[in-house]
Amino acid sequence: MIPALLFATSSTLVHLSGVDLAIIIFYFALVLAIGLYLKEQANTGEDFFMAGREMTAWVAGLAFLSANLGSLELMGWAGNAYKYGILAAHWYWIGAIPAMLFLALVMMPFYHICKTHSVPGYLKLRFGQGAQGVSSISFAFMTVLMSGINMYAMAVVMKVVLGWNIHFSIWVSAMTVAVYVALGGLRSAIFNEVLQFFLIWAGALLIPILGLIEAGGWSGLQARILKNLTELNVPNPGSYTHLWSTLGSFSANPMGINWVGIVFGLGAVISMGYWTTDFLVIQRVLSAKDLRSAELAPIIGAAFKMMVPFIVILPGLLGLALLRDPQGHLLRLVPADLAWSAEGQAQGLHGYDEVLPLMLARYCGPGLLGLGITALIAGFMSGMAGNVSAFTTVWTYDIYGALINKNASDPAKVRMGRWVTVIGVVVSIGTAYFAARAPSIMDYVQELFSFFIAPLFGTVILGMLWKRATPAGGWTGLLGGTLASIGMYTWVRIDPTAVRYVALSMDAQEQAQNMFRALWSCLFCIVVTVVVSYLTRPKPEQELKNLVYGLTPLPKSEDVSMLQSPVFWGIVVAAAFLVLQIIFW
Amino acid sequence: MKSGGSLSIWFFIGISLLVNGALIFARGIYEIIHPPQQQVVLFYLHANVWWGGLLLILGVVYGLHYSPLHQRKRNAANPNAS
Repeated sequence: MIPALLFATSSTLVHLSGVDLAIIIFYFALVLAIGLYLKEQANTGEDFFMAGREMTAWVAGLAFLSANLGSLELMGWAGNAYKYGILAAHWYWIGAIPAMLFLALVMMPFYHICKTHSVPGYLKLRFGQGAQGVSSISFAFMTVLMSGINMYAMAVVMKVVLGWNIHFSIWVSAMTVAVYVALGGLRSAIFNEVLQFFLIWAGALLIPILGLIEAGGWSGLQARILKNLTELNVPNPGSYTHLWSTLGSFSANPMGINWVGIVFGLGAVISMGYWTTDFLVIQRVLSAKDLRSAELAPIIGAAFKMMVPFIVILPGLLGLALLRDPQGHLLRLVPADLAWSAEGQAQGLHGYDEVLPLMLARYCGPGLLGLGITALIAGFMSGMAGNVSAFTTVWTYDIYGALINKNASDPAKVRMGRWVTVIGVVVSIGTAYFAARAPSIMDYVQELFSFFIAPLFGTVILGMLWKRATPAGGWTGLLGGTLASIGMYTWVRIDPTAVRYVALSMDAQEQAQNMFRALWSCLFCIVVTVVVSYLTRPKPEQELKNLVYGLTPLPKSEDVSMLQSPVFWGIVVAAAFLVLQIIFW
Repeated sequence: MKSGGSLSIWFFIGISLLVNGALIFARGIYEIIHPPQQQVVLFYLHANVWWGGLLLILGVVYGLHYSPLHQRKRNAANPNAS
C-alpha cells in the first residue's frame, strides 16, 4: 500500500534507493526514540513547557536557531534568492544578527529575571491581561498558520522530488512531531531540534560546495548569472550578486526596495520583532540554566545564522547560474501558482521554491539524496515542533490558564499541554492547504510577520524601556498596530495602486511591501501607545520592578574570563557581520 | 553536559552521524566498483565517499566521547562534575 501512496505521480525528479529509504526511516525512528526516552522527564509544568530551565548555552543556542530553520527557511529562502538574488541574504544578516545580539545583551536580562514562561506572560506582568489576550491570541493564530506553511513546504518537496502524495507527507510527518512533542514536551522538541540542526547541515552543505566547484567559484558564479540574465533580458542583471550597492533606488534591484526598507523595515522592525518577541524562538532561550547561558545562547545562534546563507542563498544563486532544461536551454523558474497550474504542469514548469530540490537532485546520488531529503524533513519537523511547543505553552498558560481555568493545577496543565500539542498539529494541517495559495512561501510568511510581529515589538520594547507606558496604552497600541497592518494589506489588495503610498513606490514587490507595512504598523503601535499612555494613569513604580529598565536591578556580570563573556562574543559576531556586508557590498 | 536525562544529546547526534555516514560511505564505495548508468553532475568527485567518511568519523568521535560508558567513567573519576 505504501508504494502506491508514495509514488502517486510520474513526473518526479528522482527515485529513492534502498539506502535513501533506510536513512529516512532511521531518522524517524531516532526522533521517536528521543521522545519516548524523554517522556519520564516531562512530568511537571516547568519540565514540559520550559524543559526544566536547565539547558546549556550551546543546546539552547542551537535549538534557538534550529526552531527558525524550518523547511520553509531552506526552500523558501533558496527560492527567494533565485527570485531576488543575493538581496535575500539581508534576511540572514541585517535581518537577524543585530536583533539577536540586542536580545542577548539588552533584553534577555528582563526575560530571565521576571521568570516569565512566555512573551504574552511578560506582557501580562507589564501591561495586564488586555495586552496578554491580544498577543496570545494573535500568536496562537500565527503559529498554527506557520505550522501549515512548514507542512506545505515539506509536502511540496516530497511531491516535486519524489512524487510522494502530498497528504501522505503531511500526515506522517505531522503525526511524528505530535507524538514526540506530546511525550517529551519542550525538552524533546529541543533535543530533536539540535539533532535536526546537525542533519540539516550534513544534508545541505554539499550543494553549495559542489555548486561552487561546477560554477568556477564565486567569480565564476557571478559571471554566469550576469550572462544568463542578460540572455533572458532580465532588468538589472548585475544587481543579483550585490548586497547594498543597488539599494539606492527602488528600480535598481529585483526586489523593488531601497535601503530605507531594508534598514528600518527589516533590520529595525521585522527582525527586532521576530528575534526578540516571537515566543517560538524566545522559548528556547528561556530554557537556559542561568543568565549567562541565556545571553550566550542567542550569540551562538547568531554566529551560525550568519553561515546559513551558504546552504540557503547560495543554492538559489547557483540555480540561476547552472540550471538548464533537458534540451540544454536555460531553465527559468516561475511563481508557484503558475508552476502548479494545469498549464504549468503540462509545460513541466518549476516554481521558485523548487530550486533547492532541483539542486539536490543535480548533485546527490543514492545515500546523499536520502540525507538531503532527511535534511528537508528535519527542517520541517524542527520548524513545526517549534511552532507546536510554543503554541502549546501560550495556549495553556496565556489562554487556558489566564482566561478559561485560572485555578488549573500543574498536572492539569501538563495534561492540557499534551492534548493541545495533538490538537494544534491537526489544526495546522488544515492551514497547510491555505499556504498553497501563496505565490511564494516566504512572501506569505513575511505577510504574517508584518501583521503580528511588527506591532508586538513596538509594545514589548516600550514596555521594557519606558516606565510611563500604561496598561491601556500597551494593549490599544498592540491592537491598533495589528489592525493597521491588516488594513494596509487589505487596501493594497483592493486597490493595487495603493502600493505607492504603503511601500513608497509602484516598483515595490511583495517583500518590499511587507517591510514597509511592518515599519508603519510598528510606528503606528508606538504612536498609539505613547498617546494613550499620556492620557491614562501609569502603574505604580513598585509594580514595575523587574520589568522595566531603570527599575530592574540587573545582576552584576559573573567574574568570568574574556572567552566566557557574552559581551566579548557579541563583539566578535558583530565584527564578522560587518565584514560580510563589505565583502558582498 | 547532559541537559536532560542520563544520555547526552550529543550522544544521539553521534549515533545519527555514524549510521548515516556509514550508509553513505558504503554506497559510495559500491558505486566506485559498480558505476551507475545515470550519474549525477560531478559524479567523478565521489562526494558520497568523502562526505560519508567525514560524517562517519565525526559520528564515531561524538558517539564514543558522549557514550554512557564514557560518561560513567568520567563521573567516577570526578564525582563533583555535573
